[in-house]
Amino acid sequence: MRGPRAPLFLARAVYRQRRWRDAARLLPIFGLFLLLLPLLWGEGSGAGSGSVAVASAGDAGSGGAGVAAKSNSGQVAVYLFGVWALLIGLAAYVAPALAEPEADAPAEDV
Amino acid sequence: MPFNVLVLTSLAYVAFLFVVAFVVERRAMRGEMRFLRSPVVYTLSLSIYCTAWTFYGAVGSAARTGVEFLTIYLGPTLVFVGWWWVLRKLVRIGRRQRVTSIADLISSRYGKSNLLGVLVTVIAVVAATPYIALQLQSVTLSFGAFAASDPQAWAMPGRDATAIWVAAGLALFTILFGTRNLDAKEQHHGIVMAIAVEAVVKLVALLAVGIFVVWGLGGGPSAMIARIEAHVDPQWAMQPGRWAGLIFLSAAAVITLPRMFQVLVVENVDEAHLSRASWAFPAYLFAMSLFILPIAVIGLERMPAGANPDMLVLTLPLHEGQGGLALLAFLGGFSSATSMVIVETIALATMVSNHILMPAWLWLRPQAAVSGNLRGAILLARRLSIIMVLALGLAYFRLSGGSGALAAIGQIAFAGMAQVLPALLGAIFWRGGSKLGALLGLSIGFVTWGYTLFLPSFGAGALISADLLQNGLFGLAWLRPQALFGTGAMDPLIHSIFWSLALNVAGYLIGSLLSFPDPVERIQGAAFVNAFDDELQAERVGWTHGQAEPEALLNMAQRILGEEAAISFFEAEAGAQGKAGFLPDLTPRFLAGLERNLAGSVGAATAHAMISQLFGRATVTVEDLMAVATEAAQIMEYSARLESQQSELSRSARQLREVNEKLTQLSVQKDAFLSQISHELRTPMTSIRAFSEILAEGDLPAVRVAEYGQIIHAEAKRLTRLLDDLLDLSVLENGAVHLDLALSHLGQMIDRALAAASQTRPERNFDIQRDYASEEIHLRTDADRLVQVLINLISNSRKYCDAQAPVLRIAVRQKGGRVVVDFIDNGAGIAKDKQGLIFEKFARLSDDGRAGGAGLGLAICREIMGNLGGTVSYLPGQKGAAFRVSLPLRIEKPQERPMEKPQERPQ
Repeated sequence: MRGPRAPLFLARAVYRQRRWRDAARLLPIFGLFLLLLPLLWGEGSGAGSGSVAVASAGDAGSGGAGVAAKSNSGQVAVYLFGVWALLIGLAAYVAPALAEPEADAPAEDV
Repeated sequence: MPFNVLVLTSLAYVAFLFVVAFVVERRAMRGEMRFLRSPVVYTLSLSIYCTAWTFYGAVGSAARTGVEFLTIYLGPTLVFVGWWWVLRKLVRIGRRQRVTSIADLISSRYGKSNLLGVLVTVIAVVAATPYIALQLQSVTLSFGAFAASDPQAWAMPGRDATAIWVAAGLALFTILFGTRNLDAKEQHHGIVMAIAVEAVVKLVALLAVGIFVVWGLGGGPSAMIARIEAHVDPQWAMQPGRWAGLIFLSAAAVITLPRMFQVLVVENVDEAHLSRASWAFPAYLFAMSLFILPIAVIGLERMPAGANPDMLVLTLPLHEGQGGLALLAFLGGFSSATSMVIVETIALATMVSNHILMPAWLWLRPQAAVSGNLRGAILLARRLSIIMVLALGLAYFRLSGGSGALAAIGQIAFAGMAQVLPALLGAIFWRGGSKLGALLGLSIGFVTWGYTLFLPSFGAGALISADLLQNGLFGLAWLRPQALFGTGAMDPLIHSIFWSLALNVAGYLIGSLLSFPDPVERIQGAAFVNAFDDELQAERVGWTHGQAEPEALLNMAQRILGEEAAISFFEAEAGAQGKAGFLPDLTPRFLAGLERNLAGSVGAATAHAMISQLFGRATVTVEDLMAVATEAAQIMEYSARLESQQSELSRSARQLREVNEKLTQLSVQKDAFLSQISHELRTPMTSIRAFSEILAEGDLPAVRVAEYGQIIHAEAKRLTRLLDDLLDLSVLENGAVHLDLALSHLGQMIDRALAAASQTRPERNFDIQRDYASEEIHLRTDADRLVQVLINLISNSRKYCDAQAPVLRIAVRQKGGRVVVDFIDNGAGIAKDKQGLIFEKFARLSDDGRAGGAGLGLAICREIMGNLGGTVSYLPGQKGAAFRVSLPLRIEKPQERPMEKPQERPQ
């Protein structure tokens, strides 16, 4: 059904463009990984937070009684915004390379 | 701040938006759309994702659960950053197929099924109604916030009255700009621009409040972080299930929400804009979210306990005495709410009118497709739909009493719309996805969502009884709405998302795997899944056997697209076909293009239905395809038969030609043979006649008489021999020879041959070299005939070998099942150019050694050997004449030799 077979090896420009596309596809996966990472930190083990942390959320009742006066929400927020900015930057870096018209004719593989 | 000023500000703001929308529409109509076509506008229009829920609700959400509010913006960020996966394809498909809404996309992909369109529309309306109510609520609340800050100066109308006024104003705005025209593509430039402006306003407002909070109240960024960390709330801990689940949910929603689909796909004017939006839209979300957490923390610190956290963006500046900032924040929230409602309403109205109202109308009045003012009818349907959607939102707002956190309502809407995701992704990535699967998945998912999330959201006892909530449907504990199959430990939202989507996907897969799609569906499936394969986009099956008149189609198109647009489309198509005038031929290509154009206004299913009404039949049914296939098969069979007949004919012609050539050759040979034979016969006859005449004259001495008698006798003998040879040859050639098969010894046969051949030129003394051991072979053959051949070869050697001391070597070898006998002498041999001739009849190399031979000897040899299943051939390169006789050890039967005469006989 297919037409003439696509060439097995590509010119350098086309090759680079395909790799850009691969990068674009991988970006959200990379981002998801980074965004899920804070879940593994757990309370209190957050970097730099030397103090005793709050009891975990499920541990009802221990929240109030003045166990500690610090949470890692600040760190998590800073981390998340950092990842976010990184993703935006990477996407902005990759997007122009993708927008270029295809150097080759063959149908796009998706 | 007096209430009147607030109202006046809002009205002035709305008037400003009106002007913007109006000017842009005017310019778009004149074709001046440079600015409109910029990616900036596209990105800003995408910001309707940030509704009043973001503007007010995100702060409320952050105040309650900490960083969890970010999930709602991180999901879309992942989708946009990964635009190469899904969005790019969606936009391409949307532009190619002139998709008008998400319901249209689903319906079009699954065989232009209106049933699916209706289902998706219903889901969208049900899911969006609380969402629209949420916007009305937030606007009302924001008015209320001002009222609370200054109770004396207010003569505020009732809460419900405010909501009604807001809804009515939005309906007016939407109708004015949303249904001004029926575009071939459902695009609304004025509204898009107004939304872009509103996007800027809400971003500026939120940033302004945020900057005021961080630098004005919080003491700078690092102090702010310290304050956030100091805020200890067990509710703020990240819950893995909700974190991941909400990221997924918002990612799904950004694709499936009707308003997002509208701006993302339908209003897209250039696919390249998506590439810019892939990072610019996440950046916008980033900016919107940046100050949410600080506002929440400061708000919680400073505001009195019991203040509505959803209104902190507004109440915090008011509390701090920043009236102007509060007004800006109010306008930002107002922008968020109105832009969302306008676009959502347009999207829903398009769906409702295209998939429910118009089909119903066409069903009620079938002749309407042929006559009647369709344009007016469609616009009326749109306007009614807009009013209906807003009325539903208003009704929900009044019913629910404006209760509940904003974020929760938004999440319910997200979860409802996410039910479309499996069918949508299947539509663009899996050709196996079928209509039945989509129907099953969507309805199961919708029902599960309604049962586990939507109905319980009204509270126990409202729409779903407390008893049912506690004990499950029919008292079955495993059917409890918030603990299906005993999964009560899950968060209710995640529980609902999990089960509704799991069952949805299962239904979709099972339905798809078990059903067989009809042809239209399969064609659409291929076109959607292979959206980037240009070859496949060509319409391959469409309207055939047209019965409609081009005039009728033009008439209908005019009533939908508008006179000018329809005529220019028809003219362009006619031009493309190489025809002058306005009426193209009804080629499948033209009809498919027309249908797509109409689909841009009324949706794929309706456009399909309308054209089929003009045609009086559906395009292609399975039966049609079967018939076509059968016809094609018959034609193919017939042509195959013709082809085989033709090749048979040419084969026989070739055979005839060959036979003819052979006959001609034979005739030439026969002539040559006859002339040769008459020559051969005449020579002895001439001498016989001459000598017998002399004898007849008498008076000859007796010595002479005896001598002449002797000559006559010799010549007569020669004649007889010649005739014998000829007879022999003819018998051999006809294959009628009788072979006397017996076992004979090769050495003895060679002895016999040598003895017989010694009569030839007996004066020559030949040295015969033999290897007796190798001759110890018993052959099953006709010994007499074989000896005849051997004699012939040996006498030839005796006759023609011109060496002084002639030597004849006889070499015998056994090779496979054959015996090879070589006769090699030491003479001059036979010249190369003569080697091919010697086995021909009457072939004589010279006349000098004519010892009674007519030149038939070797010809006879060849025929004999052929009869014995062997060959005799000249062996070149042996420094002398060499002949090789090769024959089988045992000849089984007198072989049916291939005769020289052709087998085919005339009869």
